[in-house]
Amino acid sequence: MRHILSVLVENEAGALSRISGLFSARGYNIESLTVAPTEDVTMSRMTIVTTGSDDVIEQITKQLNKLVDVVKVVDLTEGNHIERELMLVKVRAAGKDRDEMKRLADIFRGRILDVTDKSYTIELTGTGSKLDAFLQSIEPGVILETVRTGASGIGRGERILRV
Amino acid sequence: MQLTGAEIVIRCLVEEGVEYVFGYPGGSVLNIYDEFFKQDKVKHVLVRHEQGAVHAADGYSRSSHKVGVALVTSGPGVTNAVTGIATAYMDSIPMVVISGQVPTHAIGQDAFQECDAVGITRPCVKHNFLVKDVKDIAATIKKAFYLAATGRPGPVLVDIPKDITQAKAEYSYPKTVALRSYNPVTKGHAGQIKKAVSLLLEARRPMVYAGGGVVLNDAAPQLTRLVHLLGFPCTNTLMGLGAFPGTDPQFTGMLGMHGTYESNMAMQHCDVLIAIGARFDDRVIGSPSHFYRADRKIIHIDIDPSSISKRVKVDVPIVGYVGDVLDEMLKLIESSGERPDPAALKAWWAEIKEWQGQDCLRYDRKSALIKPQFVVEKLYELTGGDAFITSDVGQHQMWAAQYYKFDKPRRWINSGGLGTMGFGLPAAMGVQLVNPGATVACVTGEASIQMCIQELSTCKQYHLPIKIVNLNNRYLGMVRQWQEFFYGNRYAESYMDALPDFVKLADAYGHVGIKIEKPGDVEAALKEAFRQKDRLVFMDFVTDQTENVFPMVPGGKGLTEMILTEEL
Repeated sequence: MRHILSVLVENEAGALSRISGLFSARGYNIESLTVAPTEDVTMSRMTIVTTGSDDVIEQITKQLNKLVDVVKVVDLTEGNHIERELMLVKVRAAGKDRDEMKRLADIFRGRILDVTDKSYTIELTGTGSKLDAFLQSIEPGVILETVRTGASGIGRGERILRV
Repeated sequence: MQLTGAEIVIRCLVEEGVEYVFGYPGGSVLNIYDEFFKQDKVKHVLVRHEQGAVHAADGYSRSSHKVGVALVTSGPGVTNAVTGIATAYMDSIPMVVISGQVPTHAIGQDAFQECDAVGITRPCVKHNFLVKDVKDIAATIKKAFYLAATGRPGPVLVDIPKDITQAKAEYSYPKTVALRSYNPVTKGHAGQIKKAVSLLLEARRPMVYAGGGVVLNDAAPQLTRLVHLLGFPCTNTLMGLGAFPGTDPQFTGMLGMHGTYESNMAMQHCDVLIAIGARFDDRVIGSPSHFYRADRKIIHIDIDPSSISKRVKVDVPIVGYVGDVLDEMLKLIESSGERPDPAALKAWWAEIKEWQGQDCLRYDRKSALIKPQFVVEKLYELTGGDAFITSDVGQHQMWAAQYYKFDKPRRWINSGGLGTMGFGLPAAMGVQLVNPGATVACVTGEASIQMCIQELSTCKQYHLPIKIVNLNNRYLGMVRQWQEFFYGNRYAESYMDALPDFVKLADAYGHVGIKIEKPGDVEAALKEAFRQKDRLVFMDFVTDQTENVFPMVPGGKGLTEMILTEEL
């Protein structure tokens, strides 16, 4: 099953490699991993999307907690949560495709950030599946380049992750 | 007071009460060595290879409950130390390794003797640090000792670039450490402890399975009291030997791949199993699916939450220091006045006695060749069971574990988790230094001993009268045994050809060597060796080449699927 782990870590050199090293050393999957400092710059927040049985997820959580740099770990998928991913996609936009591409971006609530006479660069946010849906709705040949951040997540309502 | 980084390092070691540092100098640590030269509070032990330094610090720690300290230079100094660090990590040994690093401006430039020490050791340390500012040295070393010794212990590496040891800073040693990201649970959950106690009191076929965690937490007295109070059978893991007295009638012997028949049978057939400071590893329980087939309730006490339900799902997990948890359990049981059903226990013990009737550790005592088991038995007799025994890895390690009955914790020093050949001799150096006057013997084999044989020189320099019991079967014995059982007797590269004359070798290093070829000479040789209290004696026992370790649970098999003797 897919899980989203939110991890607060000390903003120390090497913290990221300790975490990625743990996943590779113990054979856990990482689907995506995002990280940036929080409002408290001494701490970073990481969102790790991983898959595994309940036993594996339990071990991942315990092993993460065991790392000295890790302050807190929460499995967002245990409760209601919001998940967002950002994608930048550069598409061919020439001739009759140009209007169609603009319409499609609008439908997906994308924003066109950069324009040339042959291409658009579109910004899109949403769940991973929404971004997938957008990519599937345009012809593969039209996509020039994509870059995705991987999911970031936060609990709904009063669920708060902080120290 | 302004001090150089190197001075600060030494001051910190003094603050931590470090008596011995095991190390080897080199370019990046010259400033630190210069400070060693100028003081006499912390003694330095010069090893002959960095692996030896770390194993010596390890043996020092295992036999004393102090934090072991090693000091190595950058590059090859660190890479040589890695085997020792990984050994300590697998067995949760508290240790601080200080490594030199190339100057900060040279880091990342592929400088001479540069390696990414923090990167290369990351998977085998509890934590590590690269100190980038002289002002951080004291706080970092304080943290390193704190992390190494608390929670589940382990090695911590502090990497210090050369320019940082030269730079000056105001020195003050922090009194306390606060880490918001590190707060190991120490006290067990009261509700869980209560649940565990009622399970224990209701048990009809109980089993106590105690591991290295009991030794590390100095909880052997509590374990012994609990087992005696309840009248339960008790087994120890390889790492736990000595946690419960080996000569106690309630002790069923070691369990696992080369454990006793009765311990393994009792593990599988009990109705309540209490695991204390042990981690259900593959060499202990064999196949987890086979282990899980039995219907029993499992209580698991461990300081490390990630050890719980890792390989085996348990019913009552208790996270905390085993000593504290056992104290709480004892209080509850004593105040309750309740005891387990004596009739049920009697029937269970009768079953265990029947298993003991297998006499699974029997061997041919009439052989004209020296049986390795016999040597260990004699060693046990002549040392009154009171020696510190270090070992290397392989058959001799298992024989030492099976036939030397350890009544006290911290007497059996071996590389259980990583299985590091070459561990025994340098570990014995650390043991001897922290236990001067004690009898220290290294039970080894002709293959293992050669992996760190250079430390014979260190033993000479520091007058360490270790007794080396070399069970020389001219084979990588355990490899040979597997090849005999599972590879159709094809002994690929397991024969030790061109062995040195160990007597001459011992002599060349300035020690005493004795070669023993007949069973009748074993006792006399051991006596002679122990008579020479101030000398290292290398006893080269020429043993039966084809002897195998029994019982044996083949890799991946169930715990009760044991091979018992040669004939089977």
